[in-house]
Amino acid sequence: MVQIRAAGVALYEGAFNLLERPMLALQRVLGQHRLAWVFLLPNLLIFGLFTFVPIILNFAFATTSGDRIIIGDRPYVGAANFASLLDCESYLNPNTCRRDLFWRAVHNTGWFVVLQVGFMVLFSLITALILNRDIVLRGFFRAVFFYPVLLSPVVVALIWKWILQRNGVLNAGLDWAGFGTVNWLLEANWAFFWIVFVSIWANMGFYVLILLAGLQSIPGDVYEAAEMDGTPRWRQLLRITLPLLMPTMLVVLVLSLIRAVQAFDEIYVLTGGGPGSATTLLIQYIYDVGFATRPRVYGLAAAASLMMAGVLFVLTMAQLAATRKRGEDG
Amino acid sequence: MKRILATTATLALSAGMAHAQELRFMCYQDGTECQAWEAQFETFHAENPGITVIVDEVPYAAIIESLPIQLEVGEGPDLARVTDYGGLARYMLDVRPHVSDADAIEARYGQSLAWARVGDNAPDGIYNIVDQLTATGGFANKTFFEQAGVDMPEPGASWADWAEASRAVRDAVGVDFAMAIDRTGHRFAAPAMSFGAALFDDNGDPILVDDGFRAFAEQFVAWHEDGTMARDVWAGAGGGTYQDAAGEFINANLVMYYSGSWQIGRFGRDIGDMFDWVATGAICGPEACTGMPGGAGIVGFSHTQHPEAVGAVMEFIARDDVQAAVLAQTRNIPANAMLQEAGIAYEDVSEDVAAALTAFAASIPSFSDTAYALQGYANNRAIYTSIPARITQAIVGELSLDEALERLDQDIADALAEAQ
Amino acid sequence: MFSWLLGRRGRNGFDLTDWLAFGFLGLGVVLMLGPVLWLVLSSFKTEAALQEFPPRLMPLAPVMVEVSGHAEPLPLYAITDGPEAGRELAQIRRIGLNAQMVDPARPDEVLNIHINDREAIRSVAVATENYTTVFTRFNFLLYFWNSTFITVVATILTVLFNSMAAFALAKYRFTGRTAVFVLIIATLMIPPTITLVPLFLVVSQMGLVNSHWGVIWPAIATPTGVFLLRQYMLTIPDDLLDAARMDHASEWRVYWKIVLPLSAPALAVLVIFSVMWRWNEFLWPLIVLNRSEVFTLQLALNAFQGELQTSWSNLLAMTVLTLLPITVVFAFLQKYITQGIAQSGVK
Repeated sequence: MVQIRAAGVALYEGAFNLLERPMLALQRVLGQHRLAWVFLLPNLLIFGLFTFVPIILNFAFATTSGDRIIIGDRPYVGAANFASLLDCESYLNPNTCRRDLFWRAVHNTGWFVVLQVGFMVLFSLITALILNRDIVLRGFFRAVFFYPVLLSPVVVALIWKWILQRNGVLNAGLDWAGFGTVNWLLEANWAFFWIVFVSIWANMGFYVLILLAGLQSIPGDVYEAAEMDGTPRWRQLLRITLPLLMPTMLVVLVLSLIRAVQAFDEIYVLTGGGPGSATTLLIQYIYDVGFATRPRVYGLAAAASLMMAGVLFVLTMAQLAATRKRGEDG
Repeated sequence: MKRILATTATLALSAGMAHAQELRFMCYQDGTECQAWEAQFETFHAENPGITVIVDEVPYAAIIESLPIQLEVGEGPDLARVTDYGGLARYMLDVRPHVSDADAIEARYGQSLAWARVGDNAPDGIYNIVDQLTATGGFANKTFFEQAGVDMPEPGASWADWAEASRAVRDAVGVDFAMAIDRTGHRFAAPAMSFGAALFDDNGDPILVDDGFRAFAEQFVAWHEDGTMARDVWAGAGGGTYQDAAGEFINANLVMYYSGSWQIGRFGRDIGDMFDWVATGAICGPEACTGMPGGAGIVGFSHTQHPEAVGAVMEFIARDDVQAAVLAQTRNIPANAMLQEAGIAYEDVSEDVAAALTAFAASIPSFSDTAYALQGYANNRAIYTSIPARITQAIVGELSLDEALERLDQDIADALAEAQ
Repeated sequence: MFSWLLGRRGRNGFDLTDWLAFGFLGLGVVLMLGPVLWLVLSSFKTEAALQEFPPRLMPLAPVMVEVSGHAEPLPLYAITDGPEAGRELAQIRRIGLNAQMVDPARPDEVLNIHINDREAIRSVAVATENYTTVFTRFNFLLYFWNSTFITVVATILTVLFNSMAAFALAKYRFTGRTAVFVLIIATLMIPPTITLVPLFLVVSQMGLVNSHWGVIWPAIATPTGVFLLRQYMLTIPDDLLDAARMDHASEWRVYWKIVLPLSAPALAVLVIFSVMWRWNEFLWPLIVLNRSEVFTLQLALNAFQGELQTSWSNLLAMTVLTLLPITVVFAFLQKYITQGIAQSGVK
């Protein structure tokens, strides 16, 4: 163990020495402030090539039609894909829309985001605060809460099907305890409850870990000072922990919102979007029209994804702006 | 560059061979098809020393999702085992010029060869060799019928007969479900055609919803309302998601199950001696008694560097003795007309399995022309995924049946507008 | 009322707050770990046992007995009803509703038993063949190596490049900083599913199809990592950096020797995430890699899913196998999520 540690340190030093000279030369040429771009460069290059270029191509898909994927083979249709998605008599009633399934998915996704993000952030925060205490078996408990994140969506859905199906474990338990049984995934409201529950189960560990890291950045002596002033613990939580955790909370809020809007895999395998379209979320709609069927309607899928990204962008900027106003660095 | 990177490992193996032609075969399997082919290619390699076929076993998702994208940009394997003939037709290689006896292949595989002769493909081209012919059809739990003392409907009985008998058996033995149909338009299409759905007009363009189609859709929704159909299968999912009911049947919780011949091997293995089960044979509607054909097959792609070698492999795959050996092992029904007549000596199967394989193979000649037309229709996947999406909405009450059927026609029209 | 979230052990002994915390953790273990343990148990079940419902906790298989006069072992049943109730008999064969059964002690006497009057006797039996199949059917070691190579290389590059970018965004003031930051966050908004096709066009133009680099390059500039590290680095006091600069430390030294060590908790989290993402990644490798010599474990695992059938027993066994390495990585790294500024004595 000691040798491994020593080797790690040597490697770390070696990498430092290797890169110090060229970086120093660059610093002399560019000056301290422009060196920031050197630090940004590798990330931005890869970003540009593998993220921005595909996103720009996505715009090209959204304004063309057909089932080919080479852009040159696709006839230009302008905003027709967007127009067909937006063609509704009333946006509140999907049945009046040209693309009724898209609007059902929009409604479902809206509810899903509100419920899933709210409860997940709350539970993640409680869990992180407890796991940050100096408790016995802390590593074990951390692993327990993180483990579901490691499972693939197919396996997550399989486990919960065993639990929730008509003859599943939950109904067996209810039956044994003398309660009535429910066909959980066949009743629209229950199915919706369970997709929220399962997606929190499968993703919470991710945010717990981020919050745990954030809690480490709060200096311990702040608490000691508060303790000496006789500040009660619940006030310490509200006055010290939460404000100082704000930069990390922002990460959790932004990421959980984006990922909730884009929720798909485990829900798709668990309910298939059913019963009917009760648990069909936006990405499933995009997947269904753009990938699962033939001919693939890429244009519509790309247009839907861009509309979704637009809404997400506004929401995220609002989150960033809101935290900046509160005086935290942003 | 990419070839160098990717094939270093295999190059090392074949470096000694002069002019070695390496073919990549992308294979997915439901049972043991890829292993069976890999074993047969040993023979092929012995007979054709210059050619190496490497089998890359992939998830079915790769065939459906990544293969078309790869082919579109000119990447991808030389051969693949596929099911979506219409969608991939434009990338396929016509091996007719590269086989020694095209007429022999035509005589044996004529019916399924038509499935890839769509779009701009040559009307006499040889594009695909089907190695797993499937037929839809019913399975019944014979032990339940005996326990209930209900006579099992004979082959040729109607859907109404089966519904009535299954309900009686369900009530007598006290299980959950009388009937179930897999959640896909492919399974739905067979009874719909039996109820008189024409599916295509005289020009061969799809007209999905007509009186016959509507009649079965109404009956199907009504069967869900009165509890004849297992609600979990169709109402338990959304969109075009596929869902089967094999688990319910295996667990002796379902009296009659409409699925297809590919379930036979699984039933033989998982049901074992728990109960007796039989294939129902053809089930009739007011207009016909048809099932749906289908199946996976092997195709070559036109971007290959070695079309002659691909032709040699395809001819090998089509050979009677090779097909018979593979089918005996994978327990599939032959698409090869000679073998259909001669029969396959399936390895190591129980009586139930052998009887079911025979029953399904026997039902195939009675399938209607419409069924073959649908299977050979290039955009049939749009139909297969739209039917469950819309009919389920009618079952759970999101839409009335009329609205659902109207939306269904609209979906098909939208999809066809995208196909160029 | 919130005190149980903040209490530290060793102050007042084991008080109410500790009970509440452990109550929460206990519930967490049942809810979070229960299903996972069941998954592990299920990976030892046969395919038929997996289909069975109500599902059983333990893998069970019928008890077989040797009966003289019969070549194969026969399954043992408990007789629950009828004249023979209470006996344990072996079944020779079942014909319709009746079973021909025999007492293993008296092999000559054949009894006819109605099938509803008997119940199979089963005992715990581990289906290790689920695991052995995984090793015989695939070149497991090659796929393991491929997955490891992609994971290790991508994680090193991810942590290096993301932390450099995060350092620039957190600790420098330069024109365009906000724009770059917003741009990076904005790329999270486009769902990865939809950019697969255009991304494949790019990767195939670069000739990276069927190369491990085709999986590595597109994966390493993660917006999540930049965002996470930047937010963490914001909490590192600037005085510390300025003090070092006064001592003529180069910017590279400030980054490598001060900022990186102080960011250890966030770096540990990013390493865990990166390892997990790359190790479990499925959809993108599925599209880029289609030759078996470059396959990853996830591709091999999913090959158990056919069009119409899935071989769950093998898929679960392989899932459990692929979980082992990341479990080790997590166990090793989670310790580093405790040593931040809080412990380093820096204010």
